[in-house]
Amino acid sequence: MTAVDTPLVCPDMPLARWLQLGVIGTAAGVFSGLFGVGGGTVIVPLLILWLGYGEREATGTSLAAIGVIAAVAATTQGAYGKVDVGRALLIGIPAVVGVLLGTALQQRVPTRAISIVFAVLLVVVAADLLIG
Amino acid sequence: MIAAIGIGVAAGIIAGLLGVGGGIIFVPALVLVLGFQQVNAEATSLLAILPVAVVGTWRQRRYGNVRLRDGLVIGLLAAGGTVGGVAVANALPQRALEIGFAGLALVIAVQLLRRGLGPEANRSD
Repeated sequence: MTAVDTPLVCPDMPLARWLQLGVIGTAAGVFSGLFGVGGGTVIVPLLILWLGYGEREATGTSLAAIGVIAAVAATTQGAYGKVDVGRALLIGIPAVVGVLLGTALQQRVPTRAISIVFAVLLVVVAADLLIG
Repeated sequence: MIAAIGIGVAAGIIAGLLGVGGGIIFVPALVLVLGFQQVNAEATSLLAILPVAVVGTWRQRRYGNVRLRDGLVIGLLAAGGTVGGVAVANALPQRALEIGFAGLALVIAVQLLRRGLGPEANRSD
């Protein structure tokens, strides 16, 4: 831990700020619990548009929030007996390696083309879910 | 087991490359490849996201991109909404949840298409 750290309990943080963070958190939490995703789709744009974050720090800060949200959501789903812990670890731990690879490759591959290919894949996925 | 590991690595690479979260890939992969029910896929995806978010935070923090206090406050104040969202996901018919998730997939597809087809970003390549 470095001197950059600020204490979590901070009487100096204005109420308006607590409210903003609470609204962002609540929206992200509902979204995450409902759809099984992290909630970055909600958090990142709100941090940028509402709190004036830059894109990089919005993305970085959203990861910290997602860690807490995913832990709460997974625990709650666990209480409903819906979590396959073995499969989650078999997917989640290799995914960490994948993310590191993907981030390293980012500057060396045509990400615009890959964005389009993945967008098309998501449309196919959506169609498949809708047709059932 | 091999399929699950493959899903993890592939989803991680796409997430790292495109800056999308793991969940949008984990959930449909669990449903369409491993035959999970929608709500079970969502529940399992949430646990799979956890190590990705923790390692991601740790790395981004080294680059100074994480305002840890704001992030943790958002996460903690999210608890009510999160528990509520999970309760709704468990109460809704599977079909409604599938349709909702399909809508989310389409929204993210549009975002990615805009980025892919839009004006060139200021990148070196």
